[in-house]
Amino acid sequence: MTAPAPVLSARDLRIVYRAPGAAAPVPVVEDVSFDLHPGRMLALVGESGCGKSVTAAALGGLLPRGMELASGRIDAAPGVLRAGRGLAYVFQDPGECLDPVFRVGRQIVEAMPPADRRHSADRLRALLVQVGFHDPDRVARSYPHQLSGGMQQRAMLAMALAGRPRILVADEPTTALDVTVQARLLRLLADLQRSGNLAVLLITHNLGVVAEVADDLLVMYAGRAVESGPVSLLSSPRHPYVEGLLRALPRLAPDAPPLEGIPGQVPALGRRPAGCPFHPRCPLARPGCATAVPHPTRGPAGHTVACHVRAFPSPSESTP
Amino acid sequence: MAPAAPSPYPAAPADALAIERVSVRYPIRRGVFARVRGAVHAVEDVTLRLAPGETIGLAGESGCGKTTLGRAVAGLEPLAAGRIAIGDRTLSEAGRPLRRTRADRRRIQMVFQDPLAALNPRLTACDLVTEGLAEHGLLGGETREEAAARLLAEVGLGQDALWKYPFEFSGGQRQRICIARAMALRPDWVVCDEVASALDVSVQAQVINLLTDLKARHGVSYLMIGHDLGVLRHVSDRMAVMYLGRIVELGPADAVVDRPLHPYTRALLAAVPVPGGPRGTARKVLRGEPPSAANPPPGCPFHPRCPLARGECRRAMPGLAGDAGHLVACHRAGDAP
Ligand SMILES: Nc1ncnc2c1ncn2[C@@H]1O[C@H](COP(=O)(O)OP(=O)(O)OP(=O)(O)O)[C@@H](O)[C@H]1O
Ligand SMILES: Nc1ncnc2c1ncn2[C@@H]1O[C@H](COP(=O)(O)OP(=O)(O)OP(=O)(O)O)[C@@H](O)[C@H]1O
Ligand code: SF4
Ligand SMILES: [Mg+2]
Ligand SMILES: [Mg+2]
Repeated sequence: MTAPAPVLSARDLRIVYRAPGAAAPVPVVEDVSFDLHPGRMLALVGESGCGKSVTAAALGGLLPRGMELASGRIDAAPGVLRAGRGLAYVFQDPGECLDPVFRVGRQIVEAMPPADRRHSADRLRALLVQVGFHDPDRVARSYPHQLSGGMQQRAMLAMALAGRPRILVADEPTTALDVTVQARLLRLLADLQRSGNLAVLLITHNLGVVAEVADDLLVMYAGRAVESGPVSLLSSPRHPYVEGLLRALPRLAPDAPPLEGIPGQVPALGRRPAGCPFHPRCPLARPGCATAVPHPTRGPAGHTVACHVRAFPSPSESTP
Repeated sequence: MAPAAPSPYPAAPADALAIERVSVRYPIRRGVFARVRGAVHAVEDVTLRLAPGETIGLAGESGCGKTTLGRAVAGLEPLAAGRIAIGDRTLSEAGRPLRRTRADRRRIQMVFQDPLAALNPRLTACDLVTEGLAEHGLLGGETREEAAARLLAEVGLGQDALWKYPFEFSGGQRQRICIARAMALRPDWVVCDEVASALDVSVQAQVINLLTDLKARHGVSYLMIGHDLGVLRHVSDRMAVMYLGRIVELGPADAVVDRPLHPYTRALLAAVPVPGGPRGTARKVLRGEPPSAANPPPGCPFHPRCPLARGECRRAMPGLAGDAGHLVACHRAGDAP
């Protein structure tokens, strides 16, 4: 692949959390690496609580209190790592982004770079229309609580784009949106990405969305990267967890089988098992899985998987 | 139907929850004197009956009024028209103050779309999920800690969640605390606002299985607001599709998904993303802009975007009609798609 230089590269991130009064910090994220390229979208997928939002927060230095980047490196092109400008966020909870006491329009204008503020009214309307509002004036005049859940998500996206960022981190930006609005926002992101050379980190649990718009995929489980590579890997996943995720997808088809959850539970923070974090729930687990951590192995086309059973053969063994 | 729940919970209801010709409007204020200059017609003339133990899925475009309808059912919005009742007992009525007793409030619970806003940041998960139980005197011999541990386990959260505060949880974990809190009161009707959307598929399956299990055991009835038609079909007996404040299609869930009658429902179904489906947002997307709820178009609210619209659609509002319990509000429903 002829990928241009990444605009951001994260290597071996290890993020720990020390609860107030706790003796030792517990790991939240371990061994996570990825690159963000201009014009490409990386989707970060994984079970609730596996560390997606925390990983994203680390990029902009926005880790919650008590958490720190214990080791690993985040390198970025100059001027990028300033949250709000080079790097913009759409947070999972509208409340973390939108201030309840100011009108939405004013908040978006404040996120604009000085050059855009001279014709802020036009730019504001354009942004609101871009994210799918038919009545931009009413929305601009509204306070956040006067907007529906999906409208708040779109207002946050407009605010993030107002800063003309180079990297957009969007944490579940379409969860509250029906499919038609969702499709148009994803199309908008895809356009910005291609024409504006935006790099996008999309956090989502919707594998349908991932398959449709993302270029690359990183699947996390209990704080670790378990499988990554181009999105096409979804048609031939190697990690048993990713296989389980695909089976748990509800289908529209009339003959859809009952939902199959993955049996067992995600281990809680500080209770993550030794060895492969997935082994207590894994249908393929062997004795060795409970003791040794599987590290990512590389396969063709940038596909990596961290699993003892499904590891790619090491280069020396593989056929030429 | 499930047998009566064990004490201290009262028996399951025999009556349906009736939403009768309900409208909800939000005033638009503008100018120095904040004079009312119009209204957002968030919900218009909605009629729906929720039988005990029945689940109705409610889908529709962002901003079409789903949450507002749910809030009205839960007694959180005054009605501009219509009434909401259980049997012959009126709970909300236009132009009158709410008359809900504490017992009424226990029977109808709502799980909110934005979990962070719904949880008091100063309470631990243990307090959050058992607050209502203590208030309604429903602890029945258990300590708050025991009850909380049991309720949290049902939504897949372990013991160590008990003493944490909302900010210490991930988005999906907070959503599950909200579910546990609503379910603790063993309500008869639950409005679930996008409960599944913040959850990844495997936890989603777990939570949905929990909801269906409670329904089977206790006859709980859900108004399940969502936009994932796959999930909705899976959990719902009937499905309602809203557009601009009105119900435009209502019918058995399978019929609505397999044989949609309204052009808007067809557009929604055509836009569903599927893994392995077309790349590059090639799915069919509705043309045109969703109209403003502050200024709804005359005639059928969908006509500006409808591929089938013709003269009468621009003039007359189609009423909900149909047979075999599959209703549609469309002048051209009988015509071939
Ligand atoms: N402010 C915080 N303080 C302490 N622990 C936290 C905090 N925020 C998150 N955590 C914990 O860190 C872990 C990872 O959380 P994170 O928010 O990254 O999950 P996530 O993958 O985004 O999940 P979801 O899909 O549910 O949003 C979780 O176990 C969560 O409980
Ligand atoms: N408190 C309020 N004041 C004024 N307008 C409001 C208020 N709450 C909601 N609205 C408006 O009412 C309409 C319906 O909102 P509602 O929250 O019911 O939509 P929804 O169908 O739940 O959408 P979503 O899927 O995006 O959550 C929207 O146009 C919204 O802007
Ligand atoms: S009534 Fe007319 S405009 Fe409305 S959905 Fe039917 S065909 Fe389309
Ligand atoms: Mg998150
Ligand atoms: Mg809503």
